[in-house]
Amino acid sequence: MRLFLVSLLILGAAAHLLLPWAPLSEAQTIDPGLADLILIELRLPRTLLVLGYGAVLGVSGAALQAIFANPLASPDISGASSGAALGAVVGGYWLGFTQPLLLAACGAAGALGTLALLVTLAGRKADTATLLLAGLAIALAAGAATSLALALAPSPFAFYDAFDWLMGSFTDRSMAQAVAALVPAGIVTLLLLRRSRALDLIALGDDVAASLGLRPKRLAMEVIALSAIAVGACVAVAGAIGFVGLVAPVFGRQLSRGHPGKALVPSGLIGALLLTIADLAVRAVPLDRPIPVGVITALFGTPLFLWLVVTMRRRVTA
Amino acid sequence: MTRLSARELAIPGRLQPTGLDVHGGELVALVGPNGGGKTSLLRALARIEGAAGIVTIDGEDIDDAPMARRRQLLSFLPASRDVTWPISARDVIRLGLDRVDELRVDEMISLFELDKLAKRSVNQLSTGERARVLTARALVGNPRLLLLDEPLSNLDPYWVLRFLEIFECAATSGHMVLAALHDLSQLDRFSRALLISEGRIQMDEAPANLVASERFEEIFRISSANGRWSIRTPADPRSLP
Repeated sequence: MRLFLVSLLILGAAAHLLLPWAPLSEAQTIDPGLADLILIELRLPRTLLVLGYGAVLGVSGAALQAIFANPLASPDISGASSGAALGAVVGGYWLGFTQPLLLAACGAAGALGTLALLVTLAGRKADTATLLLAGLAIALAAGAATSLALALAPSPFAFYDAFDWLMGSFTDRSMAQAVAALVPAGIVTLLLLRRSRALDLIALGDDVAASLGLRPKRLAMEVIALSAIAVGACVAVAGAIGFVGLVAPVFGRQLSRGHPGKALVPSGLIGALLLTIADLAVRAVPLDRPIPVGVITALFGTPLFLWLVVTMRRRVTA
Repeated sequence: MTRLSARELAIPGRLQPTGLDVHGGELVALVGPNGGGKTSLLRALARIEGAAGIVTIDGEDIDDAPMARRRQLLSFLPASRDVTWPISARDVIRLGLDRVDELRVDEMISLFELDKLAKRSVNQLSTGERARVLTARALVGNPRLLLLDEPLSNLDPYWVLRFLEIFECAATSGHMVLAALHDLSQLDRFSRALLISEGRIQMDEAPANLVASERFEEIFRISSANGRWSIRTPADPRSLP
């Protein structure tokens, strides 16, 4: 199954890189160098970002769900993505940062702030309702603050400009931007993956994990901080993309037979695959203006989210 | 012989500085009123976050033992039977081991009669069934010290007696078993009983002596007459409505 997933992902990545084929073949007839240029300078950063961002959402979503012991925890529901967007907007339009790496740091700081707020407000072992409400409140507040920051920004074009990427966009991203998002995200993802065994043991409860020598509180703080850094860096470059971080771990746990820690790798693969498909869909739309990729993931993610809520409710009442 | 030695165990506000020695083969019951400190003592012995003091098993400091070693030394069964994730019963038992040992897992499955439940998700089992799975997880590593918080709760009468048999069997083979419990009728199955109240060990006796003592009745606010327990008449009548 995992092999199937990997081959599907490779297929998706190849399609993402090569489609649409027409401009490539045309450029090839004019000048082989031009085709390489399109492929490497324009399309490769986009493909890498899509794969990396999707994997980050899957892995960090799975890790957050394991730590909160709640299948509805995720970067978007917890407000981390909104916080990252706020951080990136403040960094970009108010502090005037243009360096991708600096913007990524702003995004990470914003995500970290919202997650810290969530833990303070709801606590780590909050029931689902509290977690969702606190996350929602934080996300709404961060969204409003982002709008305010854009409305009052020194540049009158900030609002229009930000709309282009806030809902998620991979259009015309440079290699420098891809690197700024993916290097920190990659390091962090590896650090998260190293904790997958510990996250499996946390499933037995904090006390059992602690009796084995783990430190659940520290582990929780580490996972939250690491997820915030990874998601924040990606949001600062490609905008806030919802639902992938929520849905990918649900499928990931199907492959890990319910184990929340072992689900990290499959969740990452599925997240990358989902975002690749979403971005392919966005590019396939025959319009002269781009549709934010976050719109697609939200469109397809919302029904899945509702299904999840309904099945959870059924389990509680049963 | 296996020996547990705990010194200066303390959790601020819950457990006052406490020392305890237990030898292999002992089956120790922890009894006491709600909130008296039974769970705190077990958690402190299991070295769960925030407990001061030193716990050694055969001279080996548990705080210094890496995870694989800790599994051989002790295991802890919490009173909560909740598992969030849809992990199969067999997989939950496997989590009690560091390496794959399907024979040992099978042994636990037949000991706790889980054959029909092994493939089902633990979060869909009844609380009593889940208690069996989680206890099997605690026992699968065959540790020298078993710290069990209310292991007999949620069980039907058959399983209460089976669990006691299993614990006795572990004790006879040289392990140390500490179990917190509320049902005083099971107390005579244990070799030693600790009465814990107000964050300290108030009494440490053979179960029969413990139950017969005045102090025991005072702390529990119950008294025994004709083999039945009843609520002690308070000395101060004002506290009655």
